[in-house]
Amino acid sequence: MRVEAKILLSLGAFFGVMCAVYWNWSLENAGGVMMFAGMLLCFLPGSYYYWWSRRMKARPEDDPNSTQSEGAGVVGSFPSTSIFPFMLGMAAFLVVLALVFGIWFLVPGLALAVWAFLGATAEGRRGGHV
Amino acid sequence: MTDVIDPPIELASDGHDEHHDVHHGPTGILKWMTTTDHKIIGLSYTVTSVIMLVIGGLFAEIIRAQLATPNGHLVSLAQYNELFTMHGSVMIYLFAGPFAFGGLANVIVPIQIGAPDMAFPRLNALSYWLYLTGAITMLLGFFTSGGAANFGWVAYAPLSNSLNTPGAGADLWIGGLLLTGFSAIFTGVNLTATIFYLRAPGMTMFRMPIFTWNMLVTAILILLAFPVLTAGLIMLYCDRHFGTHIFSTAGGGVPVLWQHIFWFWGHPEVYILALPFFGMATEIIAVFSKKPVFGYKSMVFATLSIGALSLGVWAHHMFTTGVVLLPFFSIMSLLIAVPTGIKIFNWIGTMWRGELWFSTAMLMALGFLFTFLIGGLTGVYLASPPLDFFTHDTYFVVAHFHSIVMALVLAGMGGLYYWGPKITGYMLNEKLGKAQFWLLFIGTQVFTLPQYILGLDGMPRRVALYIHNPQWKMLNDWSTFGAVLVGISTIIFVINVGYSWKKYPAGDNPWDAQTLEWFTTSPPPHHNFYRLPQIRSERPTWDYNHPEHKSLAHGAGTGVLHEPPLAATVVAVLEHGQEEDGPIAGATE
Amino acid sequence: MPSFGAQKGATSESSSVFHLWQGFSIGAVVIGGFVVILFCYAILRFRRKGDNIPRQAQYHLPAEVAYTVIPILVVFGLFAATLVVENKEVANPKTDVTVNVNAFQWGWKFTYPGTHTSVVGQTTQTPTMVIPVNTNVHINLTSTDVIHGFYVKEFNFSRYALPGVLNQFTIEAVKTGTFFGQCTQLCGLYHSLMYFNVKVVTMPEYTAWLAKTSNAAASSAASTATNQQTNTGVPTKPAKSQGGN
Repeated sequence: MRVEAKILLSLGAFFGVMCAVYWNWSLENAGGVMMFAGMLLCFLPGSYYYWWSRRMKARPEDDPNSTQSEGAGVVGSFPSTSIFPFMLGMAAFLVVLALVFGIWFLVPGLALAVWAFLGATAEGRRGGHV
Repeated sequence: MTDVIDPPIELASDGHDEHHDVHHGPTGILKWMTTTDHKIIGLSYTVTSVIMLVIGGLFAEIIRAQLATPNGHLVSLAQYNELFTMHGSVMIYLFAGPFAFGGLANVIVPIQIGAPDMAFPRLNALSYWLYLTGAITMLLGFFTSGGAANFGWVAYAPLSNSLNTPGAGADLWIGGLLLTGFSAIFTGVNLTATIFYLRAPGMTMFRMPIFTWNMLVTAILILLAFPVLTAGLIMLYCDRHFGTHIFSTAGGGVPVLWQHIFWFWGHPEVYILALPFFGMATEIIAVFSKKPVFGYKSMVFATLSIGALSLGVWAHHMFTTGVVLLPFFSIMSLLIAVPTGIKIFNWIGTMWRGELWFSTAMLMALGFLFTFLIGGLTGVYLASPPLDFFTHDTYFVVAHFHSIVMALVLAGMGGLYYWGPKITGYMLNEKLGKAQFWLLFIGTQVFTLPQYILGLDGMPRRVALYIHNPQWKMLNDWSTFGAVLVGISTIIFVINVGYSWKKYPAGDNPWDAQTLEWFTTSPPPHHNFYRLPQIRSERPTWDYNHPEHKSLAHGAGTGVLHEPPLAATVVAVLEHGQEEDGPIAGATE
Repeated sequence: MPSFGAQKGATSESSSVFHLWQGFSIGAVVIGGFVVILFCYAILRFRRKGDNIPRQAQYHLPAEVAYTVIPILVVFGLFAATLVVENKEVANPKTDVTVNVNAFQWGWKFTYPGTHTSVVGQTTQTPTMVIPVNTNVHINLTSTDVIHGFYVKEFNFSRYALPGVLNQFTIEAVKTGTFFGQCTQLCGLYHSLMYFNVKVVTMPEYTAWLAKTSNAAASSAASTATNQQTNTGVPTKPAKSQGGN
């Protein structure tokens, strides 16, 4: 995990330096704030990965000499069919149309969204179909 | 004899170990609506985005027809404003990005790193549905009484406020972008998580293919930039409907703030568009030169530098506002030319002393390189404020970015010819492909080069008429002619897809390509791999097929295979034919 | 030296910009030409001849260092040249004449502070801003509605007219003549037709013109309508509506 951590931390540090230079030189706040936020966005996962990388042993994909048999076993949960992404997509569509064509669109939109969230969570808990 | 080929990795504990490809799930349209398979989602993205390319292209042809005469009456002034706004919006928001990070990346990245799927398959599917509904929302504007959005694809305030642009078309544009924005953000999350967590054993970060590296940086840029756009769009919507004055002077707001927010997203966006296509070109050039990528590490660092610098250059789109810090943005914008140049030299280095095979994919990649060189060099001019002052908002800028995006289209077409066989299992016709290439390449130069001259002669952008300068007609006509050639090339592509439908079965590795996706079948099975080779470099398939021409390792670890390879009779070493049975054939041990 | 597409222009600043353009162009031709030569050589020389697999070279440190360091040096050179010209353009030297330029949908208004002179016109009425030659003319640029772009090809220059912001710059015309200007920033329905002229005349001509128009304006100051140098038959301002012509 060290390379991943280093990438994010380096990017964050670079944005930090750029932000300091820019904000002080231009006295312009919007760009300064946005660059600062970008720096934080990189430091957050970057520091998490860095902290973990110092405490974990090398995963098979970090070990340049590992063999494929080391990766055997369950890799993750990959549900192969689910109606809920489609449902949530349609819900988002209706919610956005509410911004344009009238607040009443929010009724079916939010209802569908709640149904999709609940359904997807339940599906995730019972493992789904792989 | 030790076994180089390892047993298949188990993917789930549901007892379906041997029959992954036999599914008793939904079929037909219900299967499409409920799929979470990254290959089907990626293919959906690709098809939808190519449809968007055709729609955006149609708008372009109408624009060019209007500009064929100084006082054209093909469309009204109002319709013209809608046309160029939607041309830019469709091409950038609905074609280029989704094609790159939603289409090809979705299909290829998991297979390139040996993963069974994306890290979050349902989120991946959601990304597609958000994209599709976002595209529909934006285009719905044409069916409203006020027409579609008409304030340019950049929607500068105060032109985009409710006073100057009332009407649902603008709100549908905003809404469509909210949907596609979240689609992109979720894809960024998925790509990053997949690349960080689902690589196969031995696939260290510095053994990933360059395309995957580019997609990683693209994904990080998406996460950094798109939330800014989303926030800006919400602010714009509030200004339009909730009485806020964020961007209007009436309430103490600042119109230029919109530009800062928009371009803070907007400049990383153009690298989000460009980096995937750079990655495609890198893969293609290496394979069709029969060489590894030249300067792999400097390529990676160049990509990271481009990503990092791209967050610090946004106001070079705002030099003429008079309120931005010119020297800062000028030096940063000039500096970003350096890693881009490194990439160009690495591409040439990859070709150098290689054995170049000019398949359609390779022609497209080379066309990309040449066209991008022109676009990149003209970009350097624009990084200098004094030079930008008189070229900004003229056809010089239009020509610059069309050189760039047409280069990306060339690379994208190359990606389709290169990876099409892997995704579908069938090759595209090479003769039609070459015809498409020549029309696309020549058409691109013919339509962009006159525009550079027009811009320097003073023709502004976003104008429907040029009645004061009728002498511009000839160059405009040349540009229109080039655009027509490009349109014809797109028609040839569609014809090719139809003509080649299920006609030329591809094997696992028709191009003798190098990266991991070429080790599996075409198309790949459910969860992508039956077996995985040992991974000791960034070219696992090449190392397996050509053990006598192995690659150097990057980072720690040896460059040679631990065990001697299987006997040469087993491996069907191919040069440029089809591999009938794949490298598994005859592997008795 | 070839012009590479640009032109010297009519102001003292414009010729500095022109020389910067030529400098950048020489760099572009040299570097671009070098890359194109390498590219064409590679395509022609290394075409596949047989089935052999070439030497799998993966890096060449001297070349990589060269094409990293040299572009960085070139970039700093371009930046230095840019700074020289840019400082000249954004400087605000002592000025003798001031013109207030007000952009609006869809025309231009030029007023000369301290006088009663005002020139206004919209779309194809093409109002003309008169300024004297060989004089530092200070422009105060703003907009009353949306963002517009003040652009004159022969000045090698443009600047946004922003609402609520006063953009200031100085130009010193060195040639007399009439130069065509146009709005370059999309501002709505008639953006394509937002024309103006800049007429550079000798100082005596300018003074005479200014006095004449100022007196004419002052003499009718008592009436409610300000005297404006527009063409006769002013059409009413087009309605701000979407759709239709």
